[in-house]
Amino acid sequence: MTGPVSGPMTGPVSGPVSGTASGTASGTASGTAPDRAGGEVPVLDVREVTKVYGAGEARVRALAGVSFTVRRGDFVAIMGASGSGKSTLMNILGCLDIPTSGRYLVDGTDVVALDDRQQAMLRNQKIGFVFQSFNLIPRMTALANVELPLAYGGVAAGVRRARALAALEQVGLADRVRHEPNELSGGQQQRVAVARALVTAPSLLLADEPTGNLDTASTADVLRILDRLNAGGRTIVLITHEDDVAAHARRVIRLVDGHIVEDRRQAPVDGPPPRPAGSTG
Amino acid sequence: MGVLEIMRFAVRGLLANKLRSGLTTLGILIGVAAVILLVAVGQGASQSIQQNIQRLGANTLTVMQSFAGGGGRGGGFGPGPVQAEAGQAPAGPRTQAKRLSLADARALADTASAPSIKSVSPVVTAASQAAAYAGGSHTIQQLVGTYPSYFEASNKPVDKGTYFFNDDVLAARKVIVIGRTVADELFGQVDPLGKQVSVAGVPFTVVGVLKETGSTGFQDADDIAVAPLPAVQQSLTGFGPLDQIIVQARSAEAVDAAQSEVTGVLDQRHGIAAGATADYRILNQAALQETVGAAVGTFTVLLGAVAAISLLVGGIGITNIMLVTVTERTREIGIRKAIGAPRGAILGQFLAEATMLSLFGGVLGVIVGVAGGSLTIAGIEPVVVPASIVLALAVSVAIGLFFGSYPANRAAKLRPIEALRHE
Repeated sequence: MTGPVSGPMTGPVSGPVSGTASGTASGTASGTAPDRAGGEVPVLDVREVTKVYGAGEARVRALAGVSFTVRRGDFVAIMGASGSGKSTLMNILGCLDIPTSGRYLVDGTDVVALDDRQQAMLRNQKIGFVFQSFNLIPRMTALANVELPLAYGGVAAGVRRARALAALEQVGLADRVRHEPNELSGGQQQRVAVARALVTAPSLLLADEPTGNLDTASTADVLRILDRLNAGGRTIVLITHEDDVAAHARRVIRLVDGHIVEDRRQAPVDGPPPRPAGSTG
Repeated sequence: MGVLEIMRFAVRGLLANKLRSGLTTLGILIGVAAVILLVAVGQGASQSIQQNIQRLGANTLTVMQSFAGGGGRGGGFGPGPVQAEAGQAPAGPRTQAKRLSLADARALADTASAPSIKSVSPVVTAASQAAAYAGGSHTIQQLVGTYPSYFEASNKPVDKGTYFFNDDVLAARKVIVIGRTVADELFGQVDPLGKQVSVAGVPFTVVGVLKETGSTGFQDADDIAVAPLPAVQQSLTGFGPLDQIIVQARSAEAVDAAQSEVTGVLDQRHGIAAGATADYRILNQAALQETVGAAVGTFTVLLGAVAAISLLVGGIGITNIMLVTVTERTREIGIRKAIGAPRGAILGQFLAEATMLSLFGGVLGVIVGVAGGSLTIAGIEPVVVPASIVLALAVSVAIGLFFGSYPANRAAKLRPIEALRHE
């Protein structure tokens, strides 16, 4: 299914991202990708990131110096109890928030050094964000919602429509493009949100408890899509507190009180996924 | 991110809340329409007053008896209904006051002492004279006895027939020129020329019909008849004092000179010492026009100011709605920022929304204002001033930009995470 999408996606997007797209093409052949081995710039490079909320007595250290890197094509699950700092970390990774200290590089670009406009561009082109609460814009059709990042990215209307339709088809919603969010089920809304996140062919797909508000069937749908995207070479970082969900990831990072306490690899980056795509777990 | 794209977002944002957008638009609509309409009403009033004054005659001075504390005569523009029976002085004039006489008029006509004066028309008026023709009757509001120069000086051209001439005056012929109203009332479809009407029992031959001047509000300026001075005096008013002397200056520039010449001649003839109160007064059309023009101008400015306030209130309505919109859609702003909307796009969208509201309201306001301007309001035909349309539209757009920029800026400056956390 990724085949028809990767074509129109590569065109207007800048250098590093098209690299991902070529990865997508070779990734469908599964496993045979020696060019992605070491030496390349990691998609994510987090260095000693801290985040402190409040001041004085009310001072809360949400992140206490977190460092890790994520390679292209990896599927990382960040786990932790509530209050462990995983959402804070996610917001920083998604450039929605800035760290109190430390550095954070996406595709080798230091995010903290970017100005407002460049950060917006980075969010638009390199990062796709999927929220727990879907966060679709009400009173806009699924198609319009998916087109939105492309509109902000300055993609021409015709190309935009084709890519948005392809992305919606990829998440199995080709027949729901004219529906507004309130006419869609939670699972469908989240699939629209996934389509919106990947329509720009970002280097990195971030998902903040994407299945947290979904029933079992919809959870399975969304996870199947994520598995397939990862199998197609897309780099995914997701937050979850469910082991079932984390079982889909190649690598699990566990956070406790703002520290990484466990970093376990479940499957190699280049190898087959821990569970075959399509398995509902 | 094209401008067109931002416009589309803005339109979508506005359409998402039609009632609210509509009411906000209404605020601006009323403001703009009020500005255009009130200025138009002011302008219309001003023009109609100016026309009325103009109708009294160009470059003319009207000399009237002055009554210190009398208050019997209308002080407006032109002679009111005046009782002017021979020898019977109305209550109030000072005992030593001399009344205007034909000799005064003759003295003014002397080009040696009054070179700026073109013509002098002595006037007696008889109000509410019953006129009859072939069984029909009509009360002529104003019957004027004067000289032929009156027609030119008081701007009363003849439409049909002729004026009367100096010969008619010398011979005291009973000829009469009637106004349009009189002609319609007495003759209807019949051609009045050459017919005899009886005015207060005295037969007059109609020689001309005056051109229609149009109604001037309360008084019908066409309900008039003009006859030679001696004829009127003989048959109706008696050979008493004059009611007015209408003096026409040689040109608009000569009006002031003419006025001082009239003052000089009459002061001498009436024995009025320098600085003493005169027993006559001079109505200067130009001065009157200027004074009234200034007064009406003030009135228009006042109306415009009231309208401008309503436009301002409409603008504050826009700020209010945009603030509410921004607050309400903070989450949406967060989402848009999270998927990569640059600050400019958010700012542009909300500014465009505010500007569209005000521009749309402004255009509708112009339509309403211009449409309303074609109606007659309280007896005044408004005259739409193009500048007021441009100004009102420009101000409404400026209001949209100005009052929209604060909420839009607030929306654009939000950090994505702050906006997303907003519930």
